[in-house]
Amino acid sequence: MSSLTEPSRSSRSFRAALRAEWTKFRTVRGWMIGLVFAALMVVLFTFLQANGKHTGYCTTPNPSSCVNGHQYVPSGPDGEAVADTYELVAKQLTGDGTITARITSLVGRIWAGPANEAPSLADTESGLTSWAKAGLLITPSTRQGSSYAAVMTTGGHGVRFQYDYTNDQAGLPGSISGTAPRWLRLTRTGNVITGYDSSDGTHWHTVGSAQLAHLPTTVYIGLFATSPTTSQGSATTATASFDDIAIGPQADRAAQATSGPWHSMSIGTGPRDFYTTLRNSGYRQTSDSILVTGSGDIAPAVAEVGGDTASDSLLFGLVIALIVLIVIGTMFITSEYRRGLIRTTFAATPDRGRVLAAKAVVIGGVAFAVGAVASAVAIPLGEHVMSGNGNYIFPADSLTVARVIVGSGALVALTAVAVLGLGTILRRSAGAILAGVVVFVLPTFTGPGIIGPTSAGSAATWLYRVTPAAGFSMLGLLPRSGLVSYQYTMGNGYYPLPPWAGLLVLATYTTVALSAARVVLRRRDA
Amino acid sequence: MTDALRAEWTKLRTVTGTWWLVVGVLALSVAASAGIAASTHVSPGGASQDPTKLSLIGVDLGQAVVAVLAVLAITEEYGTGVIRVTLTATPRRAVMLSAKAVNIAGLALITAVPAVVGCLIAGRLLLPQAGLDPAHGYALISIAHGPTLRAAVGSVLYLGLIALLGLGIGAVLRDAAVSTGIVLGLLYLPPLFAQLVSGPWRRHIQQLAPMTAGLAIQATRNIRTLPISPWAGLAVLAAWAAGMLLIGLAVLKARDA
Repeated sequence: MSSLTEPSRSSRSFRAALRAEWTKFRTVRGWMIGLVFAALMVVLFTFLQANGKHTGYCTTPNPSSCVNGHQYVPSGPDGEAVADTYELVAKQLTGDGTITARITSLVGRIWAGPANEAPSLADTESGLTSWAKAGLLITPSTRQGSSYAAVMTTGGHGVRFQYDYTNDQAGLPGSISGTAPRWLRLTRTGNVITGYDSSDGTHWHTVGSAQLAHLPTTVYIGLFATSPTTSQGSATTATASFDDIAIGPQADRAAQATSGPWHSMSIGTGPRDFYTTLRNSGYRQTSDSILVTGSGDIAPAVAEVGGDTASDSLLFGLVIALIVLIVIGTMFITSEYRRGLIRTTFAATPDRGRVLAAKAVVIGGVAFAVGAVASAVAIPLGEHVMSGNGNYIFPADSLTVARVIVGSGALVALTAVAVLGLGTILRRSAGAILAGVVVFVLPTFTGPGIIGPTSAGSAATWLYRVTPAAGFSMLGLLPRSGLVSYQYTMGNGYYPLPPWAGLLVLATYTTVALSAARVVLRRRDA
Repeated sequence: MTDALRAEWTKLRTVTGTWWLVVGVLALSVAASAGIAASTHVSPGGASQDPTKLSLIGVDLGQAVVAVLAVLAITEEYGTGVIRVTLTATPRRAVMLSAKAVNIAGLALITAVPAVVGCLIAGRLLLPQAGLDPAHGYALISIAHGPTLRAAVGSVLYLGLIALLGLGIGAVLRDAAVSTGIVLGLLYLPPLFAQLVSGPWRRHIQQLAPMTAGLAIQATRNIRTLPISPWAGLAVLAAWAAGMLLIGLAVLKARDA
């Protein structure tokens, strides 16, 4: 039995090699000082960078209206940042019920004035953004960020059923015109809201349905319109014409008379609200139709908020840590060659691949610990300092923050292991460190650094896809959404690759360097 | 002094690493300039560009190799123990270090000339395709143009001063790995940090850091908006190099080899 539980000879010998390498590493005082220095630099520069960020905003061009702090960004039902700015024309509905309406037109205007002026209706041109929305909506509260469900026509995405900011289902395609109107219907049955659409008012299709948690008995039910900024950031407005409106416990016109007057509400258009609008929302009732004009969006908030993320201040400190670990990772092998210690090492562990593997595990583990521990300390510190300075920080759940912490560690570890490989191939410190810095650090600089994302746009984007700089994608925390037209570019703070894909690119470099080192190490004399 | 110079030159030219690094300076500089020039796309209404500075961007990368070449000129001797032979032959530390400085700076300057010319040629050939051509108000790059000539000559001098800075740091620290890390960090980290801070700090960092100050020599447009004027910037780099060499000399005199 004991032969089954006892570790095999090779794994025992690997453990011995591992212990030997760890002993060699930890007894060099300079390297241990270097590790502590690297971790401290991450924390220090995160603090300095966070401390240098101050946010203030002005509600009018008059400087006396300027205050410290950030504009109000609502939180959605799941705690995510959302935009919730729209025009609502509603009644109160108690219990189950239905609203039906026909939309005969949806038109809009787009701000065309200079970017440094506050948008107003005076300088606009005709046009409709693709996510301009108008339709029927049910919400328990007009507080921003509250739960809702809505069926709507859009500028360029046909009929949609959306609820709670992030959920979206498609209905009839095509845009609205006098000859091609759309009938919409929204029903409430208990906690379930269902949206329907129709192109003739008699044949109805279900677009989607949602179960809204904690829906009270009395809710707002009505018509809404809103129109988001263009991907270039210009404020817009959309006006929808509703008629054939029926609202009440049953979907018939008779109920309308008994359900009281319409209440018009402009939601999220105050001076403290972050969303850029044209400030001309409102509604107009004629004998047989209601015109609703809205500006804003009901959707997830993206970098348009101008906020920071928990990892924003981390980058520079991590670059310093990378350089320190590149130096230590190189010396971990080159100093053995310089002092001839490598011959003793190979005499003790003749399997050279095993020596390299043991070294990789030691330097990788140490570097991971430095990166992860440093960012675990630096992230909350940076967040605390930035909030204290009045900055808005995108909410991130603990799993996502854990991904950034693991990512920081992995980034430093993979780089250190790759440079260990370079040092094994080149055997010379200076050459390996030069190659390490040029390949693993300098491409990073094209992002926020020397050349800058705006002047070298496409070059920077490609460097963050194909060079080791891709590993920094693990720090990305800005939300993206298919429901928001926005330039998700590096200039706006978005990494071109998803986090784990970016780390995979870096890991590929490390694998290649280490495999080449293994081949070279076996072929050459020590 | 002549003997010391010849001794240092013999050591420098007979180490195989030297010539690899010289080739590396040329290849990296020209390749970086060509790569950046080829991937540049200038939008018609965009901000004004500086074609000369853009085509000399290879110097940003080539300087790393120059710095390492200079670091190795002294740290290798400590690594192998040759330094004791060197100091036996040339006991006066100042003479030995000056001889090294003359040789390494000379080699850097001679290497820098074809590197800078190569960068400018790459820019002249590739930038018109990016929209930086006479039709859009950008003259072709030519060293007959005064500021361009200053940028080109200045870039060569810049690389010579970077070599002296590397030698100084190597003399202070004596270890190839640590010196390389420090010199590359000193060159590349301040410009990155300057981008991340705002207000007067950014300007001060750009005025004082060796790379940002020294590379002001490459600007040919909007010189008034630079944090530091071209020649003053090169002087800042010269002060860094001189300071490091003096500390190196002091360390050399005070410590055993």
